[in-house]
Amino acid sequence: MSFKDYIRKRFFPHIWCPGCGHGTVLHGMLSAIEELGLDKNEIVMVSGIGCSSRVVGYVDTHTLHTLHGRALAFATGVKFSRPALRCIVPMGDGDATAIGGNHFIHACRRNIDITAIVMNNRIYGMTGGQYSPLTGTGAYATTAPYSNIDYDFDIVELARGAGASFVARGTTYHTREMINILKKAVMHKGFSVVEIFSQCPTYFGRKNNIKSPIEMLEWMKDKTTPIGSKAKQENPDLIERGVFVQNEKEEYCDRYDKVIELAMNRALKEKGEK
Amino acid sequence: MKKRIRFVQGNEAVVEGSLYAGASFFAGYPITPSTEIAEHFSVRLPQVGGKFVQMEDELSAMCAIVGASLTGNKSITATSGPGFSLKQEALGFAVMAEIPSIIVNIQRGGPSTGNPTHGAQGDVMQARWGTHGDHSMVVMTASSIQDVFRVTIDAFNIAETFRTPVILLLDEVVGHMREKLVIPEPGEIPIIERLRTSVRTGVDYHPYQPREDGRLPMSDFGGKHRYNVTGLFHDMWGFPTTKPHMVRKLLRHMVDKIECYSNRICQYKKYYIEDAETLLISYGSSARTAMEMVSYSRKRGRKVGLLELQTLWPFPAEVVRHSCINPASVVVVEMNMGQMVQQVKAAVDDPGKIYLCNRYDGEMINFENVKDTLRIIQGKGI
Amino acid sequence: MDRESYRIIFSGSGGQGVITAAIVMAEAAALHNNLYAIQTQSYGPEARGSATRSDVIISSSEIYYPKVINPHILVCLTQEAYTKFSDTIIAGGLIIYDPYFVKPALSSDAVQQPYPMYDSIVSELNAPITLNICMLGAFTERTKIISEDSMLKVIEKRMPPKFIELNKSAFKIGVKLAKEVS
Repeated sequence: MSFKDYIRKRFFPHIWCPGCGHGTVLHGMLSAIEELGLDKNEIVMVSGIGCSSRVVGYVDTHTLHTLHGRALAFATGVKFSRPALRCIVPMGDGDATAIGGNHFIHACRRNIDITAIVMNNRIYGMTGGQYSPLTGTGAYATTAPYSNIDYDFDIVELARGAGASFVARGTTYHTREMINILKKAVMHKGFSVVEIFSQCPTYFGRKNNIKSPIEMLEWMKDKTTPIGSKAKQENPDLIERGVFVQNEKEEYCDRYDKVIELAMNRALKEKGEK
Repeated sequence: MKKRIRFVQGNEAVVEGSLYAGASFFAGYPITPSTEIAEHFSVRLPQVGGKFVQMEDELSAMCAIVGASLTGNKSITATSGPGFSLKQEALGFAVMAEIPSIIVNIQRGGPSTGNPTHGAQGDVMQARWGTHGDHSMVVMTASSIQDVFRVTIDAFNIAETFRTPVILLLDEVVGHMREKLVIPEPGEIPIIERLRTSVRTGVDYHPYQPREDGRLPMSDFGGKHRYNVTGLFHDMWGFPTTKPHMVRKLLRHMVDKIECYSNRICQYKKYYIEDAETLLISYGSSARTAMEMVSYSRKRGRKVGLLELQTLWPFPAEVVRHSCINPASVVVVEMNMGQMVQQVKAAVDDPGKIYLCNRYDGEMINFENVKDTLRIIQGKGI
Repeated sequence: MDRESYRIIFSGSGGQGVITAAIVMAEAAALHNNLYAIQTQSYGPEARGSATRSDVIISSSEIYYPKVINPHILVCLTQEAYTKFSDTIIAGGLIIYDPYFVKPALSSDAVQQPYPMYDSIVSELNAPITLNICMLGAFTERTKIISEDSMLKVIEKRMPPKFIELNKSAFKIGVKLAKEVS
């Protein structure tokens, strides 16, 4: 198999702009799935709305393209009702942390076995370049013409604090590393969050005077470093990549199986008594 | 075997009706006066191997049942007032993606937080038009516990037959009152199961290609066919499109699949209609008060009849028009500022004889209210 | 049953179990005495305050309007409930109250029937929590609308197993009180 076998060729060409990082994430995601040897029929991809969400249309698994921010809520219904399915949820930064913020933290809290991939390009691309909770102070967007005053989220800390049992960060520059992280995330039993820095040259780049996608990728190379690296000790401003959280915590569907057992036993007992 | 006879609230009858219909998934969020539905599901579903989840909010509960329906489960959520407003977004998704699902709205006084513990019927229009864009909607209601049970089953059957969300629009009075419920043996009431595709593995399956009869066979997520589901306008594979002829065709299909079958969908009860000089038209808890008036009048030889609507949308225009031909006056009894009465007026040949008897202060409309209205119409004074 | 239908209001304060009592009564009528019965109750702040109520209609024919406006029988377990609801009773109706909680009006066009239920269950069972069921016992004996057997069947079904015997005792104390007075 090749990652191409996981694609719906019928629906190409894709809608992303030249230089967009989302295609790289799609490639990374499919490579991870292919290297893990997963069956297309056991995978459900659920997405919300935005550039990121269009990922699912191109993937030959069961796919559900839903509402802005609500992908994890739909995915919870899919996974919880049929736990044998593997759920992967590609999301955008605004999708996951603004309009879908509540669903995001509660999916983390439940520790339901879903993999959320937050494709963080720091902007609302589909609507044409408005600032998101990840844009960062001082950056420009079509709705931050005088520069952005909002403080941003740290997705890793947000997910960790909300109780996700697997939390990682990668970039579209470090593709091999991204694939390895995604493999771990998909295989992790419990809620896994992978933030992937992705580039939006069309809106974030243009608004912030970054000349090319290459420059954006170089930024990822220069400004990030593996967790606990020597470089980080020397320069605390560097953003760490890698797996931040990976712990064993009983998964939500498994916990509910025990509820079912308890309820059935109790019902039987009550029937016996009468 | 002895039939199961229980003494239950309307809210519990919804749960029992759902289980009878084969529901296996509930997602919800606590809200008065529908909370007992969630509570009973949390007890009952795991007993039969089903799943109950209390979600983080109303929106996610509606989303979750759509997800669960796609894996082949008959799914339901319940809410009230403000919660129903919140569900409208994902309700529209269920319409567009044609996902069988049941949404219960135990109506309370509104707008906004309004009158949470008191009955009202002010969501009739919201149920029809709450989600944006052109669409059809199936909305059912009932006035007794036994009918709540029955209509819940009908709602599931309609949802599966027409691949559509169905709204069960009950009200606080019916949700909270207790009456006897006889639960029939399995098989006594027919249950419609999901129509699944017979297209074989490896053969191109078109999830959004209607058959000749308008039905669309489904394939469960996790089953043999992989396809896309989206809230965007889409082609027969479920892949997004903006082509005008595709948009038009899909919208036409979604509306026609309901409106062209309204005779099959519409349910109602007729009481003493044949010779009625005064006809009452009502639904939900208000219909009980209307029936009180019919019973009182008939004992005194006065020709009053009742048409109780159990399907509010698609609006049973033909039945209403026909029932209104002979009576000298028609009174719509409802607990809002006049929502159904507008539909009735639009459906009949002589709107001049249609009157409204209503109440919207949180108290249940009572016998005196109806009596006063009838006396005024008859020129007798109160 | 003398009348074709009875409209009954059980009133008291939140936590006294008047709603449970109403449900037991209505269920006994509907499931064991072959009668039509319907029960409704107030919810929310009204159910938590000092004067909560639950309505029961019992009838030999079908019931349409489910609420009680003017009751034939009114049970009051607090002064506030008495003050709030006693005016609604029909002329010639029956008000059942506990003198420990309620000082009735000097004159009324209804029959006002005191039963010292609270004192009895405290002295005999040391279980004030069973007041509602004791009241049902007195109510059942006094009104004869529903048979004792039917009531006890529902009490057995609805009460937690641990408390069935205690509640049955309370019920019997109520029956005894009503017998003594008559």
